[in-house]
Amino acid sequence: MPVAINIQALSHSFADRKVLRNVSLTVEQGMFVGLLGANGAGKTTLFSILTRLISNSSGNVVLFGHDLQRSPADALATLGVVFQQPTLDLDLSVLQNLQYHGAIQGMSPTDVQARAQEELERLQLWDRRHERIRWLNGGHRRRVEIARALLHQPQLLLLDEATSSLDLESRIQLIGHIRSLIKTEGLTVLWTTHVAEELETDDQVILLNRGEVHAQGKLSDLITAAGASDANHLMLNLSKSGS
Amino acid sequence: MKNSAYLFCFSGVLKRELQRSLQQRTRFISALVRPLLWLAVFAAGFRGTLEGMVIPLYGSPVDYEVYITPGLVGMIILFNSMQSSLSMVYDREMGSMRVLLTSPLPRSYLLFCKLFAIALTSLLQVYAFLAVAFLFDVAPPPLGYLTALPAILMGAFILGALGLLLASLIEQLENFAGVMNFVVFPLFFLSPALYPLTFMQDGNTWVYWACVINPFTYVVELIRHALYLDLNTPALLVNLAAFTALTSAAVLGFDPARRMLNNRAPKGR
Repeated sequence: MPVAINIQALSHSFADRKVLRNVSLTVEQGMFVGLLGANGAGKTTLFSILTRLISNSSGNVVLFGHDLQRSPADALATLGVVFQQPTLDLDLSVLQNLQYHGAIQGMSPTDVQARAQEELERLQLWDRRHERIRWLNGGHRRRVEIARALLHQPQLLLLDEATSSLDLESRIQLIGHIRSLIKTEGLTVLWTTHVAEELETDDQVILLNRGEVHAQGKLSDLITAAGASDANHLMLNLSKSGS
Repeated sequence: MKNSAYLFCFSGVLKRELQRSLQQRTRFISALVRPLLWLAVFAAGFRGTLEGMVIPLYGSPVDYEVYITPGLVGMIILFNSMQSSLSMVYDREMGSMRVLLTSPLPRSYLLFCKLFAIALTSLLQVYAFLAVAFLFDVAPPPLGYLTALPAILMGAFILGALGLLLASLIEQLENFAGVMNFVVFPLFFLSPALYPLTFMQDGNTWVYWACVINPFTYVVELIRHALYLDLNTPALLVNLAAFTALTSAAVLGFDPARRMLNNRAPKGR
């Protein structure tokens, strides 16, 4: 299967503090992969390097065959991103936020309009397109962010703790929607989380601990290999070994 | 990336800046009220300031309202640029800057779009102000409104670049009050916006020289002369130099990710 993300020997430091150590991993196209790790494991730093918010100190990151350092435009064009922190413009409407995003992705206004309608209808937000973000609740705002991330039809969707501010119902809906996109759109998803319950036992998982890849494989296999009873137990063991 | 993508990006950034400027109505209104207060109240109080004084550009004695109008145009540009840089710091703290930075288009181009958008919103505010100023008998030659356009745009670019540079240097929103005290007010008051520099020369040599080295002095003078169909060549040269230096510094120094992420690193990631 073609490779969506290929990271080799990636390291990164903030001043003299090393936060990523020789990370190497691959994510195949069309997969849902969970990037699991306790707080401080290096998930957000890895996420920030993938989105080119920061440049890695050493190593290579290749997205769909495009080296992030050498051809950033091609690499970034493959990405749709949902950040942990809300990033919508509160004073603009749902549609205006999407129009702005489409423009900075280099999309024509006609394409933006058509794609915005498609994505907002799919998330039952088309009727609310003229409402300002300020008046939407947290669940709806997250859905707008998903619609925005998918607007330019990326091949890879990166989500950083995307459910952190959501209630249980919104969380279940969101995860269900993302999983359905893999089947319908052939999307690749890298789901960063510290909540093991968001993952299914058949999911591919990358366990990050103290800035290193601790293990990679099917969640059920990792649970068995660690001698844990379930995913939460696995995370607990990981947190203890990381502290 | 296709060439058309650059155009769509430019129009998108411009549209957003205008939408924000118009939707935050109080921002737009206060941008007009501030200089109008100076024009209607301050200028009324100091009406006799220039009595009997002939400023070469005007050829004959002029009302104080006429004299300070180009200075107030400079004030609008200055405050709008600082307001925009404040909104960039806000964007960075609120996270929406991250979205801009994940665009596949070059960051220097995105910055150029942002600068141009800030300059155009300044331009809108300036012409709205000049329309109201007309009611106060400030009536430059009709062609002056057109010849002043490039001077206003250049001033808006210079001060916009200064604002972006400051946005890169400011760590937190709270620090912005310092910008008002240590950048905006000195730039404005140490310039010929409110009084001819000869006043300063007669009063305090040190203050006069501070005015002479202040780039805002030349922004105001270029606009003043252009509005009355004259080209002030020294002011143009200083404007060009300031434009080159500040735009280069803003583009090279613009790294919001550095402030956005690295500063948080020691807290544990």
